[in-house]
Amino acid sequence: MIKKPQKIQLFHTCLVNEFYPEAGMSVVNILEYLGIEVDVPLGQTCCGQPAFNTGFQKETKKAARHTIELLSNTEGPIVIPSGSCTDMITHQYPLLFQGDTAFLPEVKAVIKRCYEFTQFLVDVLGVTSLGARLNAKVAYHPSCHLVRGVGIIKQPVSLLENIKDLEITVFEEQDECCGFGGTFSAKHPEISGSIMHKKIKDIELSEADMVVSCDMGCLMHLEGGLHRKGSSIKVKHIAQVLEAGLK
Amino acid sequence: MSSFSARVKRVINDNELHIALSRATAQLRSSRSASLSSLENADLIRDMARRAKLNILHDLDEHLLKFEQRLIDNGVQVHWAEKGTDACEIVIKIAQKHRIKKVLKSKSMVTEEIHLNDALIKTGLNVVETDLGEYIVQLADDRPSHIITPIIHMTREKVGEIMHRSLNVPYTNDIPKLARYAREELRKEFLNADMGITGANFGVVETGTICLVTNEGNGRMVTTLPKIHIVLMGLEKLVPTLADLDLMLKILARSATGQKLTSYTTLIHGPGDREDSVSPEEVHVILLDNGRTSILGSEQAEILGCIRCGACLNVCPVYKSIGGHAYGDVYAGPIGSIVTPGLKGLAEWKDLPFASTLCYACNEVCPVRLDIPEMLLSLRKKIIREEKIPLGLKLGMKGFGIITSHPKLYKIMRKISSLFLSLISKDGWIKSFPTKWWIPTGFLNGWTQVRDFKIPARKSFQDMWIERKKSHE
Repeated sequence: MIKKPQKIQLFHTCLVNEFYPEAGMSVVNILEYLGIEVDVPLGQTCCGQPAFNTGFQKETKKAARHTIELLSNTEGPIVIPSGSCTDMITHQYPLLFQGDTAFLPEVKAVIKRCYEFTQFLVDVLGVTSLGARLNAKVAYHPSCHLVRGVGIIKQPVSLLENIKDLEITVFEEQDECCGFGGTFSAKHPEISGSIMHKKIKDIELSEADMVVSCDMGCLMHLEGGLHRKGSSIKVKHIAQVLEAGLK
Repeated sequence: MSSFSARVKRVINDNELHIALSRATAQLRSSRSASLSSLENADLIRDMARRAKLNILHDLDEHLLKFEQRLIDNGVQVHWAEKGTDACEIVIKIAQKHRIKKVLKSKSMVTEEIHLNDALIKTGLNVVETDLGEYIVQLADDRPSHIITPIIHMTREKVGEIMHRSLNVPYTNDIPKLARYAREELRKEFLNADMGITGANFGVVETGTICLVTNEGNGRMVTTLPKIHIVLMGLEKLVPTLADLDLMLKILARSATGQKLTSYTTLIHGPGDREDSVSPEEVHVILLDNGRTSILGSEQAEILGCIRCGACLNVCPVYKSIGGHAYGDVYAGPIGSIVTPGLKGLAEWKDLPFASTLCYACNEVCPVRLDIPEMLLSLRKKIIREEKIPLGLKLGMKGFGIITSHPKLYKIMRKISSLFLSLISKDGWIKSFPTKWWIPTGFLNGWTQVRDFKIPARKSFQDMWIERKKSHE
């Protein structure tokens, strides 16, 4: 464990900025509650995944270069409330700039400072219990890039387990993809929808009243599916449930 | 051939298919993890197996020549085939030379790849598949949809109907009974065939050994009862030594079906030279390229290390939703999406590399740790670089590159697009987008086909953050 940092940079991700600002505010509130100063580099846009997953190398590099240059000019750990964006930056950026000897060291220096939100709480700050309380039945969706990309498995679960009155539901094939897949969701809606419907059915069978994840991409996709069905199940970023009941 | 999306549309609501796939893949997945977790040093063995496979690919030409020499030393007749049609010709010539009438086959993906059965039947040969799954495929005039379990797309009830119809046996959905019907039919065939054709799971360079793994014993019969045995194998099937073969055998069946070993592991060293020998009089090995060398020279060369266990299919959410046939060719699932464009050309198969959510599940289970997602991504890049793509997509992505690298422009675009989206929304949601040609929402139409679209928040996170900072000052 490194020394507890005083201040972090928040890379809030485009989905939080555009669609789920309240999830970003929960991240800020929790970090401040833990006595950490939060700074938000205002020039940030998107890590580049939509172009990357579609095969547009040049366009991805533009977004990636911008992100690295922006973050290079800041100091301290960089906290990212998304497994997928963390995976993109920490695993794909070095491949993207392979052979670019001038820029690659800068990329690697930024990567060393990057943490997914729950990884930062548990592995860096050593926090697994915030003293939150929430009376809810929660289906936790371990997103693919978080689990299999960044290798974060236990951190979110231990944080959820320590929320008072919260029940984590058990559902089938929990660690399977929800069918989002970034641009895949719109390019192959039938397949994406079929995977999603199965996931929603399993979640419903678990009698959960909300789906919690560390990735707003998956949740935006699931929320869209739940809304179309007229379901009352809500989606929440893990920070939003961790913040519940904090003073 | 129909397009990928047309094939998907045909199966996406096929409930029977979904039931069959989810039953079988769940079983295969749980057997796989149970049996791998009981293997000591599994991670190390997987690493070593990967290295052995990649070493072969690194000097494939040398290994092939050495392998050929060992085969010849063992009395095997070696043939080289550049294309699938060349391999079919070679088989036909051997059959004609020996006046063969009936050919027995054990399960082989490579013969499916080159449509060997069709070619043989056209010349008047009687071809019988002896693997139970492939036998049912043949009876139903269907195609296999999985590397390991060819009729994974059929329920047992369906199999019962097929057997009832084609073999004139009473209908049943009882698996042991169905297997017995097939066995009774196949026994007759085994006793009067004069040529056996198999694939190869591995070819061992150091000894010139062909290794076959099967579960039903049919592989043994096909390679011993007829007087001629033809092995058809892709160039990439080599392993350097018997010790390497041991590594492969430790992980292949475990990854495929969850068995420690398949029921039969057959090692073939050539024709019999004694009167009491059970080996055939002639053994032929056909080494097939059929596009493999072009994969070898590409960014996806690693895919040639695939040992065809099928584990990546069983964990793939896309495969489980659409089954094997929708992939359009013999190799389905994540590996099929790399192998098929590699063997047959990207232009015709450019939908396949996009048929993945990039969930990394394939990567996790691959016994030789092939980086399947990375290969899919590199194919996507190649498609965007070299193939024809819609102008709208190209312009959209160009715009993405410019907007995401210019924060001020990004903020302006956010304002414009969220204003537009809020105008066409109701209660914060959009159920479908207007399809006027001048409205650039082509991409989002796909989204609303199966789910509602939530419009951007009135205030962005950064707006909220800035306000909060001001109020704290």
